[in-house]
Amino acid sequence: MSDPMRIRAILNGDKVDVRVLMAHEMETGQRKDAAGKVVPAHFIQSVTVTCKGKTVLSAQWGPAISKNPTLSFKFSGAKVGDKVIVSWTDNKGDKRTDEAPITAPS
Amino acid sequence: MQNAMLSQRLLAGVIAVFAITTASVAAMAQSSLTNQGGDQTAKEIERYRQALGDGNPAELWEARGEDLWKQKRGPKNVSLEQCDLGLGAGMVKGAYTVLPKHFEDSGKVEDLESRLVTCMVMLQGFSYIEAKKNPFGGPDNKSSMEALVAYIAGASRGLKMNVSGKQPDEKRYYELGKKMFFHRGGTHDFSCSTCHGASGQRIRLQDLPNLLKQDQAQRAYTTWPAYRVSQGETRSFQWRLYDCFRQQRFPELEFTSEASIALTMFLAKNANGGVMNAPAIKR
Repeated sequence: MSDPMRIRAILNGDKVDVRVLMAHEMETGQRKDAAGKVVPAHFIQSVTVTCKGKTVLSAQWGPAISKNPTLSFKFSGAKVGDKVIVSWTDNKGDKRTDEAPITAPS
Repeated sequence: MQNAMLSQRLLAGVIAVFAITTASVAAMAQSSLTNQGGDQTAKEIERYRQALGDGNPAELWEARGEDLWKQKRGPKNVSLEQCDLGLGAGMVKGAYTVLPKHFEDSGKVEDLESRLVTCMVMLQGFSYIEAKKNPFGGPDNKSSMEALVAYIAGASRGLKMNVSGKQPDEKRYYELGKKMFFHRGGTHDFSCSTCHGASGQRIRLQDLPNLLKQDQAQRAYTTWPAYRVSQGETRSFQWRLYDCFRQQRFPELEFTSEASIALTMFLAKNANGGVMNAPAIKR
C-alpha cells in the first residue's frame, strides 16, 4: 500500500493553486540492483484531477518523472470548500485516490 | 576530495614537465571557480534548492511519523504520545531544540534518535535490538525511525536551538564531541575538522560549512533532518554523522552510540540560537 498523497488547494483570486505530493518509487527500469539484475520499471502512468465532477487535469506520465513527485498547477471556476480529488494509476495497476478541500489563503 | 588526493599522489610519480602543466591548468580552473564563475554556480545551486524546497517530499515522512507517533505499537500496545522528549511527557513542539539532553529516567545523555529508542523500550516494550533495528531506510525498506525523526524535528520549525549542556554529563559529552571533531585517524588521516574546520572548502560542487563559525554551524544543524534528493530518502542527523564517518573511512559509527551522541551534542550546542528549518531538502 502506498502512503497517502499530500494535497494543498488554495484559492488565490479566481484561481485555485493546487500542489500535490505523491509517494511513489518511480523506478525507471534502467537501474540494476546489487546482484546485477534489472530493477523492473514501476512508475505512475496516469494522473487525473477532478473538481465538482469535472476533470481539471489529466496527465500521462513516464519513467522520467522523479521519485516522490510533486505536481503543481492552477485552475479556475471553483470556490472555497469544493473538493479536489486526485488519483493516479501506475504501470502495475496500483491506484491511489486522495482528496482535499479548497481553502482560503492564510 | 578523494579524487584530488589520489591525483596528487599520482602526479608525484610522473615527470616534472607534465606535473607543471597539470598544476597550472588546475590553478586556472581554481581561479575561474573562485571568481564570478563560482558565485554564479553558488547562486544557481541556491535557486535549485529553493525550487526543490517548494514541494519537499520530507512532508511524506512527517505525515507517516505523526501516524507512527500516535499509533499503538509494540508488545505493550501503547503509542509514543507519553514519551518525554525533553520538555515533558507528550510535548513534541520545540523538543528538538533542547536535544541532546540528560534524562533522569534513563540516566543517560540522549539525542532524539536514542531518546526514541528509550521510549520504544520503556513505553512500548520493544527490546533494544528491535527498537534500533532499522535506523535508515532504503528502496522497499521504510524506516519508522526516520519518519518519527522527521515529524518531531518538523514540530520545532521556526524555533531557536536551545541546548543547555550544563549538567555534568552533558558537559562531558560536549567535551568528548569536541575532541572527536578534531581527532585525526583512519586510512586517510582525516578528522571532521579537515573538511569542516576551515571556510570555503568543498567536495566537488558541494560547499562545506565551517562548523567552527557560528552562522555556518547554525545553518548546517538547523537544516537536518533533510530529504536527500539523490537518495529519495529523508535522513536523520544520526545518518549524517554515520555517512561522514564512512566518507572519512572511520570505523562504522554505531547507531545511537555514545560517540554519535557526543558529537551531536558538540554540534547542536554550537548551533544554539539558530532557527530550526527542518526537515530541509538537500541535493
